Amino acid sequence: MSSLPMIPELLRQLMRKPATNLFPAKYLPPSVTEFLQSVASGKAHLTPPVETPPRFRGKIEYQRDGCIGCGLCVKVCPSHAIELLPETKRIRIWVDQCIFCSQCTDICPKGGLHMTDAFLLATEDRYEENLIVE
Amino acid sequence: MSEGSGRKAPYIIPIGPTHPALKEPVMFTFEMEGEMIKEVDFAPGQAHRGIEWMGMRRNPVQIVHLTDRICGICGVSHTFAFARAVEQIAEIEVPERADYIRALIAEFERIQSHLLWAGVAAHELGFDSLLHLTWRVREQSMDVIENLTGNRVNYGIIQVGGVRRDIVPEQHQVIEDCLNAYEGVISKLLELFLDDRSIALRCRDVGVLSHREALELCTVGPTARASGVNVDLRQDYPYSAYGDLDVRTILPDQYAGETRGDVYDRIVVRLLEVGQSCGIIRQCLDAMPAGEVTAEPKIAKLLAICKKASGEAIGRVEAPRGECFHYVRMEAQEAPHSWKVKASSYSNLMSWIPMLRGEQIADIPIIVASIDPCLSCTDRVAVIRGQRRDILSKEELHRLSVEATRRLQV
Repeated sequence: MSSLPMIPELLRQLMRKPATNLFPAKYLPPSVTEFLQSVASGKAHLTPPVETPPRFRGKIEYQRDGCIGCGLCVKVCPSHAIELLPETKRIRIWVDQCIFCSQCTDICPKGGLHMTDAFLLATEDRYEENLIVE
Repeated sequence: MSEGSGRKAPYIIPIGPTHPALKEPVMFTFEMEGEMIKEVDFAPGQAHRGIEWMGMRRNPVQIVHLTDRICGICGVSHTFAFARAVEQIAEIEVPERADYIRALIAEFERIQSHLLWAGVAAHELGFDSLLHLTWRVREQSMDVIENLTGNRVNYGIIQVGGVRRDIVPEQHQVIEDCLNAYEGVISKLLELFLDDRSIALRCRDVGVLSHREALELCTVGPTARASGVNVDLRQDYPYSAYGDLDVRTILPDQYAGETRGDVYDRIVVRLLEVGQSCGIIRQCLDAMPAGEVTAEPKIAKLLAICKKASGEAIGRVEAPRGECFHYVRMEAQEAPHSWKVKASSYSNLMSWIPMLRGEQIADIPIIVASIDPCLSCTDRVAVIRGQRRDILSKEELHRLSVEATRRLQV
């Protein structure tokens, strides 16, 4: 029994590959938009994110055509992120308020709501077009 | 802050409500004599979020997602306890397979919570390399939870009546791999934590909570068990699938041959429980019967059942930190008539006082962390103690202001 058992472990760790996935790049680029542009033009390399697990709950997808406007999704949404528009009998989802619980997709009688794999939704504007699904 | 007339001792050191040494907001007031803590008082209630108020305006199907968010670490325990309470009121029989899946997820949660705590404890001792190693190990259980539920935190797997996702045969392999990895690494973690001389020097006989004090203060979970109190809801009140599983309370004397009730014993109990949880998950996998995973797959119908239900019930679950208790009363309305959450840390907070008395300033962070306090879980009420209110109303502030002005005029 050594009294400093961490020392050999630390030496072993020195030889290992780091566990962190360096997404999107080794160092945070000063501007993400510029970085993505240089990735598109082939100047920089993008480290891909860790794969999402099976049946991941990402940004919601809404099939407007199949919707019957029953409003059940509004009733079960825990964060009041879904709004039923009375004039069109369709819903509007405020993704900034969505908690990604997928309860609305479970209750939808027409199967018109789905969770996608999209998770990069962070933005400074809560009312951005990308964050309103209708 | 001393009481005038040139008296120097005791010094009063306030720590908190937010402080780098504390991971959670709580206000401590220490009366010091030199380096030694003479007396200690604390005021929780800094993280009150009005969750029960929100719950009383939502139906049970919505509340399970709210209970997921009471605590970031024990995401399933609160939901589990709440769902059990509602199921008793609405007389919903949970299918056996769902019971096993619930227990399995709860055990994975215990693994990740205890490893998280062990890392925090190492960090509080200034042992950051061990923190990173422990959290690296913890990642594996997080990955399995993510695979089973779809999320690393806020799992959203439990719904009133059962669970929302089944465990498919391909996932058995993922669980199996994780358990094998843990069973290989647990002895190493025990060695790294318990054989380390600096950890032993900092934790042995520090923050002692005697068996008697642990009983008198009604501590729960690993905090109580580290003081030798034989309590574990999974053994004493087997809920869900635990009745069929072999769960024995883990006490520190099983490892060290003696119980001292100090911080070291709390590390022992939590690390041994990681191994125990691996065993329970194996039992779950072996004994899991086939069948439905929810009593009512149609959520609209479930809503209707819950709306008709009336009565009151409690749901108790052994969360990683101890007993988690939910009281629900429903009166044939959409939302519950009342809902009360008692998180495990609530029962454990008072044990800080005997633990901290007589210790040194430098030991405050590790002793405070040793009960694994979760104050966002705990802070359900605003405290009114005697004439002193911790939350001041507008009128009262006005009165205090007037009094202050009068004092100046004198």
